[in-house]
Amino acid sequence: MIPRQVRVKKIFWETEDVFTLELVSEDYPMSEFYFRPGQFNMLYAFGVGEAAISISSDSAKKNSILHSIHKVGYVTNALSKLKKGDVIGIRGPFGKAWPLEEIKGYDICIMAGGIGLAPLRPSIYYILKHRKQYGKFTLLYGARSPRDMLYPVELEQWAKKHDIHIETIVDRADSMWRGQVGVVTELIDYAELDPERTRSMVCGPEIMMKYSIDELKKNGLNEDQIYLSLERNMKCALGFCGHCQYGPSFVCKEGPVFNFSKVKDIFEIREL
Amino acid sequence: MKTISKDSLDKIIGYLKYKGYKVIGPSVRDGAIIYDEISCIEDLPAGWGDEQEAGHYRLRKRNDGALFGYAAGPQSWKKFLFPGKLKLWEAEKNSKGFEITPANGQFPKYAFIGVRSCELHAVFIQDKVFNNGMFSDTYYNKIRKNIFIAAVNCAEAGKTCFCVSMKTGPKAEEGYDIALTEIINQDEHYFVVDEGTPKGSELMEQIESLTSTEEQLAAADDALKNAESNMGRTLETDGIKSLLYKNHANTVWDQIAKRCLSCANCTMVCPTCFCSNVEDVTDLSGDHTERWRTWDSCFNLDYSKVAGGNFRTSIKARYRQWMTHKLASWIDQFGISGCVGCGRCITWCPVGIDITKEVSNIRKSLKN
Ligand SMILES: Cc1cc2nc3c(=O)[nH]c(=O)nc-3n(C[C@H](O)[C@H](O)[C@H](O)COP(=O)(O)OP(=O)(O)OC[C@H]3O[C@@H](n4cnc5c(N)ncnc54)[C@H](O)[C@@H]3O)c2cc1C
Ligand code: SF4
Ligand code: SF4
Ligand code: FES
Repeated sequence: MIPRQVRVKKIFWETEDVFTLELVSEDYPMSEFYFRPGQFNMLYAFGVGEAAISISSDSAKKNSILHSIHKVGYVTNALSKLKKGDVIGIRGPFGKAWPLEEIKGYDICIMAGGIGLAPLRPSIYYILKHRKQYGKFTLLYGARSPRDMLYPVELEQWAKKHDIHIETIVDRADSMWRGQVGVVTELIDYAELDPERTRSMVCGPEIMMKYSIDELKKNGLNEDQIYLSLERNMKCALGFCGHCQYGPSFVCKEGPVFNFSKVKDIFEIREL
Repeated sequence: MKTISKDSLDKIIGYLKYKGYKVIGPSVRDGAIIYDEISCIEDLPAGWGDEQEAGHYRLRKRNDGALFGYAAGPQSWKKFLFPGKLKLWEAEKNSKGFEITPANGQFPKYAFIGVRSCELHAVFIQDKVFNNGMFSDTYYNKIRKNIFIAAVNCAEAGKTCFCVSMKTGPKAEEGYDIALTEIINQDEHYFVVDEGTPKGSELMEQIESLTSTEEQLAAADDALKNAESNMGRTLETDGIKSLLYKNHANTVWDQIAKRCLSCANCTMVCPTCFCSNVEDVTDLSGDHTERWRTWDSCFNLDYSKVAGGNFRTSIKARYRQWMTHKLASWIDQFGISGCVGCGRCITWCPVGIDITKEVSNIRKSLKN
């Protein structure tokens, strides 16, 4: 599959090392880029390579798409140097989405760590837009430090203007931080989960997801009430290159979003 | 069934060439049987056989002049359908940004001469891989659609073969245009030919042949029976999927890891392994770039790298991934085992690690 060209409409920094690209297309109708919350694109920096990046914008917004990207290496570095008007390549959208239809009618508890909030943001937009169709809505978000927190302004607005309960926590506070210090699992009591009525979506570093899932289970959630988004090395996103294999699954095709009951038997096997 | 003389095979090659096929067959090169373009039967490995064992391969002279008297060699047909290095596209900077052009790929029309039953099954397996229900690989499918397959039934099995265990041979049952069985006795050297498709029959109409006699058919049957009863190895497949899934923590993996060099030979020679990488190559001006797809292996460290870590750093984890994928998760992914029992990974492993033996080691470890 060959990348299509899209133009950078805007690039802005969310934190010291996370930036967001707003992309628009002149050569293709934007409808070609419609996606479901949780899906990802392969972004191509000319001459450098591709990286799998989740789409972090509102899926109802039809004129551009956003990607929030952690600058960690070769490709993400090249993407971070883009300027307004530059052109990149894009393939996608790929992968399974968050189960926003299936979980209608339930209380929703989202647990996110670090950049893991980016793949979940489209779900938050969706649920807030269809707020009546869901029960109690909680977002528990942890970041390394206050300065690493994604979308702080938006988090505040959501909490103020919408029916969503947001709790945040940081590993390390700074002098300005008045909030909680610790790991995201410590927030779970605030959610006052009604286990039967709750469905949970989790995304963040694998170790954070492991502890979050343990905590959700301790609070009475069954494995099939929990969804998570996994990260693996991805080269093709088409199910051909083999790199993203996780036990019997190709994460690019059958994931990145999985129902936890599907992966529970292998989730704790080291180096699988 | 039809019987043709040995020399008629030359006519078959000639006819296929005349029909515009690039004819590929076995030849001797650098001390091994390899697959490459051939133009007549003189190119075939007449009178060559081989000696294979775990970590050992050597050609040996036969005294019967057989054209197909060897077992699976280091190469497989996958190199034509799924080339080791393939240009996917190139891109050029321009005033608007850049423009991407798909590689103006050529899609040769191949005729494969001498495809063994296990190798046919390997092609069937890759058919599923490169048509996964969601996406299909353009290059693979364009080539695949047009190949002419002349299968050759095995009259002898190699010491590392175990197709009977995997139910993939030694007789080619389907998926060929023609299937040949080579018969050599005191004063005759001929082929019994089965036509598998209209394309195969069309070819055979151009070739001088006789209806096979009872004796000739019996000789072909005997040849296959001989191969079947001479399998070098067996692999017990009963309950193999849950055996491997349940034994991810077995100490057998630690034992293997002490020997495995993580050289990736096993994956390169395997006719079903399909992993690939992409490389972006940019010229010095920085204005022209090309994307190439190359074979990759789950034994390479970079294979499972992600920013900030690596999912499989130990050799133990990488070998376990390979063997568990071949024999277990492949079944979940494609409804079929990823191993056809060709024995290549055993023969070409520099330290002689043997997939059949490792399965039985896991089974034995449970009995203790
Ligand atoms: C489904 C999915 C969604 C993702 N969403 C986001 C997102 O929204 N925001 C974000 O910042 N990051 C996201 N990531 C992670 C992102 O893909 C990696 O951080 C990125 O590929 C790193 O590339 P690099 O060249 O900058 O890093 P390098 O460390 O230079 O990469 C070196 C090598 O490792 C490979 N590699 C490293 N990490 C990955 C990886 N995770 N996947 C594939 N190959 C990798 C590269 O291809 C390359 O071969 C996502 C990953 C996946 C699988
Ligand atoms: S795993 Fe070994 S025996 Fe099985 S198909 Fe691959 S190379 Fe042949
Ligand atoms: S099993 Fe043998 S051939 Fe395969 S990587 Fe290990 S040493 Fe190399
Ligand atoms: S990324 Fe290539 S198979 Fe999933």
